[in-house]
Amino acid sequence: MPIKTLFIANRGEIAVRIIRAARQLGLRTVQAYSEADASSLPVKLADKAVCIGKSPASRSYLNIDAVIAAAKGAGADAVHPGYGFLAENGDFADAVEKANMIFVGPHSSTIRNLGDKVMARKAAANIGLPTVPGSSGRLENLEAAEPMLNEIGFPVMIKAAAGGGGRGIRTAFNRDDFNRLAPQAILEAQTAFGDGGIYIEAYIQNARHVEVQVLGDGERVIHCYDRECSLQRRRQKVWEEAPAPPVPDHVRQGLCQEAVKFAESVGYRGAGTLEFLYDAATEQYYFLEMNTRIQVEHPVTELVTGIDLVREAIRIASGNPLRHRQEDIVINGHAIECRINAEDPENDFMPNPGTVDSVTFPGGPGVRFDTMLFSGCSVPPFYDSLLGKLIVWDDSRPRALRRLCGALDELEISGIKTTKPLHLALVDNERVAKCDVHTDFLDEWLSDFHFSKVNQGG
Amino acid sequence: MPSEQVLSPLPGTFYRRPAPDQPLYKEEGDRVAVGDTVGLVEVMKSFHEVKSDRAGTVAKFLVENEDPVTAGQPLVEVLN
Repeated sequence: MPIKTLFIANRGEIAVRIIRAARQLGLRTVQAYSEADASSLPVKLADKAVCIGKSPASRSYLNIDAVIAAAKGAGADAVHPGYGFLAENGDFADAVEKANMIFVGPHSSTIRNLGDKVMARKAAANIGLPTVPGSSGRLENLEAAEPMLNEIGFPVMIKAAAGGGGRGIRTAFNRDDFNRLAPQAILEAQTAFGDGGIYIEAYIQNARHVEVQVLGDGERVIHCYDRECSLQRRRQKVWEEAPAPPVPDHVRQGLCQEAVKFAESVGYRGAGTLEFLYDAATEQYYFLEMNTRIQVEHPVTELVTGIDLVREAIRIASGNPLRHRQEDIVINGHAIECRINAEDPENDFMPNPGTVDSVTFPGGPGVRFDTMLFSGCSVPPFYDSLLGKLIVWDDSRPRALRRLCGALDELEISGIKTTKPLHLALVDNERVAKCDVHTDFLDEWLSDFHFSKVNQGG
Repeated sequence: MPSEQVLSPLPGTFYRRPAPDQPLYKEEGDRVAVGDTVGLVEVMKSFHEVKSDRAGTVAKFLVENEDPVTAGQPLVEVLN
């Protein structure tokens, strides 16, 4: 059934992005908004907007009943969840379909199966996709760890089976560490999650975060190559690139083909991303998880492949088959994205909501800025701190870095503190220039870096 | 008896418990000392404890759990 009216159950820059894609397809758009977002950019851009509740997300963007009622009331025949909020909630996908609307994304059972890390690991192992070596399930007792410790050797990560948010994780570099830390991890897991189950995984030193973009129509899947996202602060990505510089072409081909095989094995529909740890020393990659939604950093892939991922995913949801063949997808040049957040780098990245007095966007060839900002707009405290994504393209990575430098310089946001100074420092960093980074690099580097007072308003 | 107010240090969403399955930080009628945590404010997905700068007895919570709050908004009335 072709989609005529698309309901956008999200906010901020991704809502703007979805509206733009829907317009390309000639669809009518209906934007959901909370009280705090009543005068936001997506509300202005959409054909119609419906208030779904109070400002806190639990009373608006996370309220399944309110979202479904608003979408039905507005005559929508499809719902786009964006990322975050209800995007990876199987019950929401079911509720959309039960209300006779199309959910723009995979089937709810795919969302549920891939959302469970142990099940996703098993699905990967079933098709021979490498996962980080470790115990396949929880350890019954510490003695049960022995054969695994002998097999994978130290260092190992001790993780809570019910874990999340980095809690219950320990790194043991030798046997003494393990004997001391494992009981601590069990206790912490018991306290934090009410479940003292642990499992162990090899600790990949200097690992990079590499991911593969896929697009499927439920039968056939293609990949749109890879991204490198190792620059992370407290496990939140701040800078992403496509293609991944540390991955040699012969490894890239295998990695991307295996990602397609995995997504086809689960009958994947829509845009999705497989995340991997990559060990550059051994050229080995390890599957971590698959995200069943569009990702924040999708534009770097769009700039190097020329594919409008958001538009293609809506076309597929509308009942069309994939219109690209794998051989049509080629990498052209290099793209880099910087996430501009409402956080104060001089004050330990303290969130900084407020009113944007004025904003000047960068421009010119190879420069894109995906944002919901406008001069005078308000940035509410209730949601994440992402203000916009500065994405640059050029025919080589060094030229893309130079382009980024100029574009960052042009970007001016006054009224609130932003992470622009972080990106100015990174673009100037020798390790970043060589892409010689790993997932702990930024936290280590920030621990003894001091931002000079950069005049950026506020 | 004179009453004083504990104000929100930040704008965001106010919570009266550390996690949904845990007890309230303070109930009305509880004793409160300077430095006691009376709630959490979530601002852009980061959580900040609200510490009381008053001592006495909790007379009343002026906002509900999960209510939006502004910086400087009174949260708790304390009798001393």
